[in-house]
Amino acid sequence: MAQTGILFAGFGGQGILFSGKFLAYEGLISDKQVSWLPSYGPEMRGGTASCSVVFSDEVIGSPIVEKPDILVVMNLPSLDKYESAVVPGGKIFYDCSLIDRKVNRTDVQAFAVPATKMAADNGMPTLANMILVGKMIKETGLISTEHVEKIIDKIVSARHQDLKELNAKAIKMGYDYEA
Amino acid sequence: MADKVLMKGNEAIAEAAIMAGCNFYFGYPITPQTEVAAYMAKRMPKIGGTFLQAESEVAAINMCIGVASTGKRVMTSSSSPGVSLKAEGISYMAGCDLPALIVNVQRGGPGLGGIQPSQSDYFQAVKGGGHGDYHLFVVAPASVQEMVSLTAHAFNVAEKYRVPAMLLADGTLGQMMEPVVLDNITVEEHDKSWALTGTKMEREHNVINSLSMLPEELEQWNIDRFKRYEAMEEQEPMWEEYEMEDAEVCVVAFGISSRVSKNAIMAARAKGLKVGMIRPITLWPFPKKVLRAAADKVKAFVTVEMNMGQMFEDVELATRCLKPVLKCNRTGGCIPTPEHVLSVIEDAFNVGGEQ
Repeated sequence: MAQTGILFAGFGGQGILFSGKFLAYEGLISDKQVSWLPSYGPEMRGGTASCSVVFSDEVIGSPIVEKPDILVVMNLPSLDKYESAVVPGGKIFYDCSLIDRKVNRTDVQAFAVPATKMAADNGMPTLANMILVGKMIKETGLISTEHVEKIIDKIVSARHQDLKELNAKAIKMGYDYEA
Repeated sequence: MADKVLMKGNEAIAEAAIMAGCNFYFGYPITPQTEVAAYMAKRMPKIGGTFLQAESEVAAINMCIGVASTGKRVMTSSSSPGVSLKAEGISYMAGCDLPALIVNVQRGGPGLGGIQPSQSDYFQAVKGGGHGDYHLFVVAPASVQEMVSLTAHAFNVAEKYRVPAMLLADGTLGQMMEPVVLDNITVEEHDKSWALTGTKMEREHNVINSLSMLPEELEQWNIDRFKRYEAMEEQEPMWEEYEMEDAEVCVVAFGISSRVSKNAIMAARAKGLKVGMIRPITLWPFPKKVLRAAADKVKAFVTVEMNMGQMFEDVELATRCLKPVLKCNRTGGCIPTPEHVLSVIEDAFNVGGEQ
């Protein structure tokens, strides 16, 4: 059964849940089975936030991603916590402007993106998460590039037209980024 | 068919209730069900309904008694400690034969417990919780889509039998988003001649009351109520059978535990182990007959629950202890992993083999 588990993790406030939501909407648009499960509670307020997304061709059993195929992390504690859980052959995307060590595993593919620095340099300090999402789209093909605009339309409210453009720009920057 | 939308379980419950004709909601915030109240606060004023954040859970359930007495559809929601506070009102509702929907998005207990998901209010939901001889119609959704269909169904059944209904979810189901289709909601019309709607000087007064100082009269009320419970036990059990055709071990799990169990069953099947699942969808009435029938076919049962083994007792009762029942439990806000479930399934093959 073709099933992909993606885990997003970082500090509360980095847009971890939003990144997961972005992916979940791809599931909706492409008519796949999809589930989105956030961590909730005190850890959302400054501590570690995480979010599980499962993509599948068939009905999804557990929505909890314990062994991610894809891990996207935006802080060191999250990399420390989840690196060992990634399935062999999986992919890890991490923000190397916030995480000052490399991925230790040799049986996974690691992609370092200085997302927070890129976001700050380009006047979009809150969109580092979407830069990482852009890189993830490029390297995994999980989201059809044709859907990106559609998804942004669905999850960014119409009152924030400027944010729609910035989100699209951030995703493109991540997509085009090469180390 | 309506479009698919992504919704949190908590929001899906709220929207489904509104679509099922519930125009009154009374509640009090508590994690992890607060989105139900938040959604109602946003939507109710737009449809001319009533959203009221009560001063406490006790006040909210008593407001529900008021609305239910008039025959209107009404709902309240909370999470475990809040539902304990509502227990008195729920018992009064049962004693007054009032239909209403109480939603419990469970978290770890007892006491103030924690805020992570749990299924440890099973006993409270199916064995009472409040005082007196009574049952609730209890449904346990396992997906956001089922949170829609079962919310609507619970209102219908509650009115059909004049009993309060409970939707028993947990923090995971409440917080997770899945695509849902908001349709197939049928609002059944049931007799409401008992409701307090004003006599207009054209009929005798209706009385909604749970008090009788005459033991024989009170006994008769209970006997009459249990005739309805009997009809419910006959007609209303719901369950899902998964991979049961050739199963030698039967997993029994409800709600989110059943979804973790499905992963474990797939893994077990991949190892050649013939295992299936009976998932109770109604927890009361409990799907006893299908479990009793399964007891003649399988070697052993495995109950998977996020409590110390509550539904476990009902499985032993339903199967008359004909076959061993093994427990697979996590509690306190922890969720069993598929690996954990798989290891107990493997144990069950060994235990069952010795018989």
